[in-house]
Amino acid sequence: MEIVSAGLLLGAIGLAFGLILGYASKLFAVKSSEQTLMVRAALPGANCGGCGFSGCDAFASAIVEGSAPVNGCPVGGTEVARRIAQIIGQDAGDVDPMQRKVATLLCRGGTNYCLPKYNYHGVRDCIAASIVSDGTKSCHFACLGLGTCASVCAFGAIRVDDRIQLVDINRERCTGCGKCVSVCPKQVISLQPFKQPVRLICHANERGRVVTDNCKAGCFSCGKCVNACKFGAIEMVNNLPVIHPEKCTGCMMCAEACPTDAIWADYQNRREAAIDSKACIGCSICKKACQFDAIIGERKHPHIITNSCTGCSQCVAKCPKKAIGMRVRTHLRDEYSQMDAPWTNA
Amino acid sequence: MKDIAFIVIGGILVNNFVMSRFLGCCPFLGVSKKLETAIGMGVAVTFVMTLASLITYILNTYLLSRLGMVYMQTLVFIVVIAALVQLVEMVLRNYLPMLYNALGVYLPLITTNCAVLGVTILNVTSGYNLIQSVVNGFAGGAGFTLAICLFAGIRERLAISDFPDWMDGFPGALITAGLMSVAFQGFGGLIH
Repeated sequence: MEIVSAGLLLGAIGLAFGLILGYASKLFAVKSSEQTLMVRAALPGANCGGCGFSGCDAFASAIVEGSAPVNGCPVGGTEVARRIAQIIGQDAGDVDPMQRKVATLLCRGGTNYCLPKYNYHGVRDCIAASIVSDGTKSCHFACLGLGTCASVCAFGAIRVDDRIQLVDINRERCTGCGKCVSVCPKQVISLQPFKQPVRLICHANERGRVVTDNCKAGCFSCGKCVNACKFGAIEMVNNLPVIHPEKCTGCMMCAEACPTDAIWADYQNRREAAIDSKACIGCSICKKACQFDAIIGERKHPHIITNSCTGCSQCVAKCPKKAIGMRVRTHLRDEYSQMDAPWTNA
Repeated sequence: MKDIAFIVIGGILVNNFVMSRFLGCCPFLGVSKKLETAIGMGVAVTFVMTLASLITYILNTYLLSRLGMVYMQTLVFIVVIAALVQLVEMVLRNYLPMLYNALGVYLPLITTNCAVLGVTILNVTSGYNLIQSVVNGFAGGAGFTLAICLFAGIRERLAISDFPDWMDGFPGALITAGLMSVAFQGFGGLIH
């Protein structure tokens, strides 16, 4: 009998609390759906599905539930991401907007690097040329440079460089519509983020001599970039390095290591760390975090960043005093700078 | 009045839940990396402990004792605490989403935080009346908040100090917690 009364008691209490909680969840649910409406209002409302959800409504509720990132809308960009972050009360500091994508040529094989196989005098069209013995270039992954992509581009963003038979894409003008991507018979154009620290400019998935015999600018799968990457962001897939953007820190060491410059790096915007010597307390945590031994200095004295900094920005997050900032560098990186760097004066 | 003062001082310093009763160590170690979240966690635990003391006292006196089913205490108290944590979670998610995100998994873990269950059972075994129970709950929460805030402050400093690699992180934190506990034992003679 005791066990029945115990069960009844617990059941009754559980039921009572269940009812209270049920009522409370209804009471507060109104609030959270209001939040969804606010997020929905902040979105562009194109229902394009670019975020991977069925539409802006689904995306908005996914954001509020927390299963979608605030910066998931490719159309809205930074502005929208920041507004949504504000609405759901997330720290806007970690909002990294999804970047716009532009057409990118995955080939540097102009005739200066990649010799023509034969003299082509046919129709000036890549699709026609690619039928003849797999294209005019000795590398059969190469851009043929006859400008089929340029002819479909509605924005005049593609130009053909006739001297070396290679197309040149104006990244500023490109809108990322993807017409050239689908028309290219060599699939040598892909949509990639507008701003990238490094990118592989070759898609010849052959290895060794097969590539080097054809083209002096191609990736021949030596794997030096994989070893040069201290962050494990590069992986060899199908004889080509794949750079994982989420792990890439933009140190550009892969591009430095590449013997054929098949990895392009945005050296113009290469960054370097700079320590605010007033805020630095000399804890040397950054020194430990630096993979490139670019930080010198004695404990309890302000540390210095030498020219061997690669701009990977790992130290920035590690600094407990937030004394490290990143800036675009004005001079070249010098791997050996530490050896003759003076130990005093910052 | 005097007994209330004793309960407050006892709860915060002498019988501090974390430092001398060793209850609630999970959030104490888990949410003490940053002072801000530590304060948030402390406030949430204080809230739950105070409310749980109130409700469990009422349930215990007017329901369990009368029905002669005091042996169901632990179970009933856990149900009460679980429901309260759910409520706090809802409120936080709506009104303080920042804190809600910062606390993360540790908020639902208050449910199984032994400090909360501990205070409700201690209320009963100490024979406290309603006001004493609530004060004890609040003081216990305040003591927890004090301990976790002190600890978070120390850990923030430790993060920038030169630890050997094998001591970095939890080993160092555990030793620190031990030393803090020893220091808190010093309050032992405050009340007799």
